[in-house]
Amino acid sequence: MSTIKDMPRNDPFTSGHGACAGCGMAVAVKNIMRILGENTTVYVPASCLIVISAMYPTTNFRTPYLYTAFENTGAVITGIRAAQRRRGLSSTVVGLAGDGGTFDIGLQALSGAAERNEDVLYVCLDNEGYMNTGIQRSGATPFGAWTTTSPVGNVVKGKREFKKDLMAIIAAHDPPYAASLSIAHFNDFVKKVEKAKNKKGFRFLHVMTPCVPGWRSDPSMTVEISRLAVETGMWTLFEIEEGSSRTTYRPQTMLPVTDYLKLQGRFRHMENDDIAKLQDWLCRKWYIHYGHEAEQPVCAVFEKRKPMRTPQEEQLHFI
Amino acid sequence: MKVRVISADHAVAYAAKIARTEVIPSFPITPQTLIVEQLAEFISNGELDADFIPADSEHSVMSIAIGASAGGVRVFTATSSQGLALMHEMLYCVPQNRLPIVMANVNRSLGAASGIWVEYNDSMAERDSGWLQLYVEDNQEALDATLMAFRLAEDRRVLLPVMICLDGFILSHTVEKVELPEQEEMDNFLPKYDPLNILDPADPKVINPIIPPEYAMEMRYQLDRAIEHSREVIVEVEKEFAKAFGRSYGGLIDTYRMEDAKFAMLTLGTATGLARRTVDEMRAEGKKAGLIKLRFMRPFPFKELCEATKDLKSLGVFDRSVSFNGGGPVHTEVAASLCNVPVTVTGHIAGIGGRDITPRHMRDMYDLVEKATKGEDVRKVTWHGLRGDME
Repeated sequence: MSTIKDMPRNDPFTSGHGACAGCGMAVAVKNIMRILGENTTVYVPASCLIVISAMYPTTNFRTPYLYTAFENTGAVITGIRAAQRRRGLSSTVVGLAGDGGTFDIGLQALSGAAERNEDVLYVCLDNEGYMNTGIQRSGATPFGAWTTTSPVGNVVKGKREFKKDLMAIIAAHDPPYAASLSIAHFNDFVKKVEKAKNKKGFRFLHVMTPCVPGWRSDPSMTVEISRLAVETGMWTLFEIEEGSSRTTYRPQTMLPVTDYLKLQGRFRHMENDDIAKLQDWLCRKWYIHYGHEAEQPVCAVFEKRKPMRTPQEEQLHFI
Repeated sequence: MKVRVISADHAVAYAAKIARTEVIPSFPITPQTLIVEQLAEFISNGELDADFIPADSEHSVMSIAIGASAGGVRVFTATSSQGLALMHEMLYCVPQNRLPIVMANVNRSLGAASGIWVEYNDSMAERDSGWLQLYVEDNQEALDATLMAFRLAEDRRVLLPVMICLDGFILSHTVEKVELPEQEEMDNFLPKYDPLNILDPADPKVINPIIPPEYAMEMRYQLDRAIEHSREVIVEVEKEFAKAFGRSYGGLIDTYRMEDAKFAMLTLGTATGLARRTVDEMRAEGKKAGLIKLRFMRPFPFKELCEATKDLKSLGVFDRSVSFNGGGPVHTEVAASLCNVPVTVTGHIAGIGGRDITPRHMRDMYDLVEKATKGEDVRKVTWHGLRGDME
């Protein structure tokens, strides 16, 4: 299996779940589960995914499935794998956690599992905030973004901190495989999930999953936003295999960050100073990721714009 | 059978070994650490075939235990105090999912006024979690209770986790003569674990989905009933154990010289030995003293206590923990359970923060309980062994 054409047709993650229209996480999970297949055991911590997929007495998963709490994905999948190995089962044990459950509250258990090199697959479905509890900021929320706990006020406007570099933390554990994925780069997505499935030891996949209500975006633009994230440097596609890192897709030129921001209500309030700060941060990041491949790291120039209405003032159709 | 002089921690580890535990998640905490150290040693010496998983915290220990138990294998772990408190969130997940995990909790006080010494406020705080919970008196009982715990937990009529509570240092680090059963004897007593609902792609199931209010209340009720039904299995397992190993502990409670007793103390844990001695002392003086040893805090022995106290005039309840301004937890529960028995119940708090309980303290408790039989006014709750004038 190497391209979208080779994808299996049967879905271990069936239709009928409760995700929002345009949910990036549902797209990611559906396709990850297609590739992992039915010989898979799923653990889901507290997140949108548990709510949309396992509300008693229904489920849309056709695999064994466990849920317990928020911060323990790395630990629970360790236990499941140990038990299945002892029982002679070969199933892929996968933890499907959100960014809050991975970057923040679940970081310790994740680090433990990675350090022990447990034979499990950990997927972080990153929608850049605590969306299930109603859009709060997490360590994954980007600079400037509005959330209910990084509100746009008269003094402070949106999140003041930059996104945590989770993949650097993962890389520091020297795992057999780690990769970042985008649902807009599908062949790349398929290859990476398949590689993760077939390797032994601790494997980590980091997927950007746009969130329509949390990002204040149009449901039809989920994939386009994912694509622009890569083109502007807000997301980078690479993989780490046995200690060496490799870029799997490099944009030809760096698009200005405003191309990405303007499609999302969560950034609508951002003023030029903050946009410039974010753009500077992106240029540094761009150089770190692609610099050695480019003659001169290009830093996009963004178009200055007038302040707009805050997300709180927006009357959005989905609320 | 062989006889060794070992600590209760080592006795518990030996029990987990001959129970053929398959997965042991662990995290060190005094005074429990000797248990997991011993188990790690058994595994590295090839004496036990199990997965020893050194976790990043006790929260992860219980999470790994849940994953492994839901995966269908026998799981054992051990903790103490702050470690048990850190597990708190995950403890509640275990009984409701009917996972028969066995855990030893080596009792130690919870900070602040931090210390590493025995107090029951760590495990008492978890008595609402749905775990079966029992307290042991000596090293032999620590071993035997652990052996029985597996059989009890895994019984299809029970399928509940069991927490064995043992006094930090007084048992955990003190050596005594312990009879160690052979592997073969244990294999005859404890059948191979046959799990009911597990995570297996050949028969996919969702374990622990989100439960809306339409269903959650019935599930809680079923758990409450399951704990109630474990009573008869406890008695049954005790009988089987006595048959196999020749030792017995009386079921949910044990009694001492209660036949014609007019007053008695109810104790749990190591203080029971001292109470037995005090009963003998008072009996020699012609006083009709008795003793009830509480073994199981959950299931709570309502019926057994009513039966045991029906001819008493006065009962004192010993607590090695405090529900601040609410008396001791054992006291309040015993008092609530005896509502149809006309006996005066008083609370006696001692040994807090690992303070030694001396023969004098125990005698003071008994003297107060005896006073109450004569209609004298005795404080509802008395702290024994406070230094200086604290009033």
